[in-house]
Amino acid sequence: MTVELLLQTLLSGILFGLVYALVAIGLTLIFGVMDIVNFAHGEFLMFGMYAAFWAFALWGLDPIVTLPLTTLLLFAVGVAVYRLVIRRITDAPMLSQIFATFGLMIFFRGLAQYLWKPDFRSVDHTIVAGKVAFAGLQFGLPQVVAAGGAVLTTAAVWAFLRFTRLGAALEATAADKEAAALMGIDAQKMFALAWGIGAACAGVAGALLATYYPIFPEVGSTFILVAFVLVALGGFGSVVGAFWAGILVGIVEVMGGFLWDPAYKMVLVLSLYLIVVWFRPQGLMGKA
Amino acid sequence: MLQVRDVRISYGRVPAVHGVSLSVAAGTIAAVVGANGAGKSTVLRAVSGLNRIDSGSIELDGKPIHDLPAHRRVPLGLSLVPEGRHLFPRLTVRRNLELGAFTRRDAREIRQSLEMVLETFPFLKDRQEQQAGTLSGGEQQMLAIGRGLMSRPRILLLDEPSWGVAPMLVARIFETILAINRTGVAVLLVEQNVQRALSIAHRATVIQTGRVVAEGSAAELLGSDLVRKAYLGL
Repeated sequence: MTVELLLQTLLSGILFGLVYALVAIGLTLIFGVMDIVNFAHGEFLMFGMYAAFWAFALWGLDPIVTLPLTTLLLFAVGVAVYRLVIRRITDAPMLSQIFATFGLMIFFRGLAQYLWKPDFRSVDHTIVAGKVAFAGLQFGLPQVVAAGGAVLTTAAVWAFLRFTRLGAALEATAADKEAAALMGIDAQKMFALAWGIGAACAGVAGALLATYYPIFPEVGSTFILVAFVLVALGGFGSVVGAFWAGILVGIVEVMGGFLWDPAYKMVLVLSLYLIVVWFRPQGLMGKA
Repeated sequence: MLQVRDVRISYGRVPAVHGVSLSVAAGTIAAVVGANGAGKSTVLRAVSGLNRIDSGSIELDGKPIHDLPAHRRVPLGLSLVPEGRHLFPRLTVRRNLELGAFTRRDAREIRQSLEMVLETFPFLKDRQEQQAGTLSGGEQQMLAIGRGLMSRPRILLLDEPSWGVAPMLVARIFETILAINRTGVAVLLVEQNVQRALSIAHRATVIQTGRVVAEGSAAELLGSDLVRKAYLGL
C-alpha cells in the first residue's frame, strides 16, 4: 500500500463527504427552525436528480447548466410542501409529524416510480466528464465539481444565516419562536423559508450527483440515513456541525471500505456515530 | 391610547383572567400589580399577542388589535419585553439589538435608534460582539429593554423587569424606565415589586386571581390603607 493510494482514498472520502454534508445541511436547517424531522428529505435530492436528468434527456441541457433552475425548482417544492402539508402539523404531536413526513417520503417515491419508472437512469455525458490529476493523484472531474459546488452552496447558506437580516430572523425563530414574534418576525414565513432553503440544498446536491451517480426513485434512501447521522453527529440544527460531520463520515466511509471491506463501511460510520453521541450527546457542535 | 376591555383569557380549559379592564394614556406609565399568579403577565401577553383572548377587546388608538398575531402588532408601536427576557443567548448583543428593529427598513434611522440605545446603556457599547447569554442578569434585562426599544415603540410593555436582577441594579432599571417614559414612550409595567412600580407609575391596577380589585392613581393606591394591607402586602 502506497502513501499515494492512501491519500487518494482520503481525498475521495472528503469529496464525497462534502456532498453528504450539503444534504444534511438542509435537513438540519429545517429541524433547527421547526423541530420537525423531514423523512422526505432524500426525496428532495431525488427530485433534484430527476430534474437534472430530464433537462438533459429532453433538451440536452447539462446538469451543471440547469443547476440554477433546479435550485429554484426545489426551493419552490420545499415551500409548497410546507404550505400544503407541514403547516397543518406544526403544533401536532410528534407522532403525527413523523407520519406526515414519512408519508410524504412514500408518496414521493411512489410518484417517481409511477411517472418515471423504477429504472436506473444516468446522464451519460456531461461537460464535467473526465479526470483531474493533482500531485500524482487522480480524481473524477464530476466528483471534484460536485464537492466544489457543495462547498460553495454550504458557504452561501452559512453566510446567509450569518450576515443577512432574514438569516438572523431564521436563527431567531429557531432559538425562540415567541421572542421572534415579539420582534415582528412572522414564524410562518420563516418556516416556509427554511423548507425552501432545505429542499434547495438537497436539490443542488441531487443535480451535482446526477453527473456521476445513478438516478432512480429510491436513490434518496442511500443518502438519508447518512444525512440523519450527520445531523445528530454535527449537533441538531447546526449547519457548521453538519458540514464537519459530513467530511468526517465521508473519510470514515471511503477509508473503511478501502482498508477493511466495502460491505462494512456503514458499520464504521454508525460506530463512529455511537461513539461520538456516547461522549457528546449534543453532537460535535450542538448546544449542550 | 391602549384600552383593554373586559378580557377573559384561559390556558386550555383553565380560566386565568376573568374580565380585566385597564387603560394606558399616551405618554404615561401604568402599572399592573398583584400577587404571583394573579394573571398580570397573562394580560400583558394578551396585549402583545402571545395569548389569545376568549372575549373582550384590546384596542390601540381606538382600533381593535386582539385578532392580529403578535408579529403584526409590533409595527403598530407595541413592544413587549417579556418575563425572563427571552434574549437570543447565542447571538451577539449587536444582533439582538438589530433583530429588535426587524420591522423597520430605514437603515439610517435604525442606526440612530441603535446609538440612542447605546447611550441609554453605555456598558453595551464595548460588548456588542459578545454573546447575549454571557451577560449578567441585570445586563441582560437592560439589553432586553434596549432590544424592545429598537422597534421604536409608542408603548413599551414590561413584564417583571426586576426579575432575576441583582438588587443594586433594580434601582437603575426603574430609573431607565422613567427616562424612557420622558422621551414620550408610554409604558405598561407588570411588577411584583409593588413599592417600586407604584413609585414611578402614574396609574395602577391591582389584580387578584384574575380580577381587578383596585384601580386609581399610583399615589391614591399607595395612600389607601385597605389596598396596602389587603392586596399589596405593604
